[in-house]
Amino acid sequence: MKIVFTAQGNEWSSSMDARFGRSEMFVSFDENTNELKIITNNETQEMEHGAGLQTSKKVLDLNPDVIITGNGAGEKALKVLKTSGVKMYIGAGDMTLKEAYEAFKNNKLQLQY
Amino acid sequence: MKLTIASGKGGTGKTTISTNLTSLIADMGKNIVLTDLDVEEPNSALFLQTKLSNTKISNKIVPTWESNDCTLCGKCAKNCNFNAIVAMPNEILIFPELCHSCYACSELCPTNSLLMKPTRIGEIKEFETKNFPFIEGRLDLGQEMAVPLISQSIRYTKEKYKNHIMIFDAPPGTSCPVIEASRGSDFVILVTESTPFGLNDLKLAVETMRVLDKNFGVIINRYGIGEISVEEYCLKENIPIITKVKNDKNIAKLYSKGELIYKQIDHFKNSLDEIITFIGDIKCVK
Repeated sequence: MKIVFTAQGNEWSSSMDARFGRSEMFVSFDENTNELKIITNNETQEMEHGAGLQTSKKVLDLNPDVIITGNGAGEKALKVLKTSGVKMYIGAGDMTLKEAYEAFKNNKLQLQY
Repeated sequence: MKLTIASGKGGTGKTTISTNLTSLIADMGKNIVLTDLDVEEPNSALFLQTKLSNTKISNKIVPTWESNDCTLCGKCAKNCNFNAIVAMPNEILIFPELCHSCYACSELCPTNSLLMKPTRIGEIKEFETKNFPFIEGRLDLGQEMAVPLISQSIRYTKEKYKNHIMIFDAPPGTSCPVIEASRGSDFVILVTESTPFGLNDLKLAVETMRVLDKNFGVIINRYGIGEISVEEYCLKENIPIITKVKNDKNIAKLYSKGELIYKQIDHFKNSLDEIITFIGDIKCVK
């Protein structure tokens, strides 16, 4: 399974970013290969509108099975995300990546859709 | 003459000044029309007794995706400066709320798969009041783009009341909606208050008006609260202070009941008279 986190840093001990559209960066974790990959998200910081849409497209290009974030995606971003089968889990905004991953594994996170 | 009442900071009294000033000038027998351009949250009508006389649907032109010939090349999404199009592997998603109707996606589409069509964004309503015509632009819920409706509301006013004095009640802030509400006017009145917040946002509004090359003056509302920094700033920058409206709890009481102020509070009417005298001195720019 491939999981994408909204993150403020690039390690397991880094804090999650509660925001989706304007998350500082994304960390993708592939459970099959144990590979951690960092995806920057600088371009959305400058966008006045539509950051969530572009972020959604970018995250879907990674082809994840699951997205773990804090506050969740907005209405328009959800329209983009829902074109794929990805599942989004929310409520991990105050955790580290490791805590968020464990919470997800223990079914402690809420499914946004 | 076209006069825009703007502010920078919200809640400084744009609508109070707009509705009372328009009504007082109408009482004097002048032809005047008031247009509420705060289309995201119009509220002038709350202070007027209105009778609906006309409704016009406001549209903006946005692309619709015709999938037949589309090769999903994604040029439309790349060319959109406003993030209104997302090219997915199997479809093109369009977000009309974000569209600025620039036609780039449609014109540059190799297969003509994006057709520009009108979509409703709100309404322009015209009302009769006791003493003057009143026009209001109102965006539909969920719509984000105020500028097209502001521009259409101004055009409606100009076409129908070209020989009237036109008062435009602008939205707060200093971004595109305020610029649209101000750029065609002969003069802009900036309503502020003598607080640090008022001063901060006044400075932003002044910068905006200078970039637009607009003539403008300032009304200091709730004069007597806060501090004198707004006055000092205006003096230093050579900005005319049109009037100072005294801070008075009775004004707030009348406001909360949706009543016009000048009919009951003399010092407020005196301030309006100062505005009217000042306006008389403004030359109309064609």
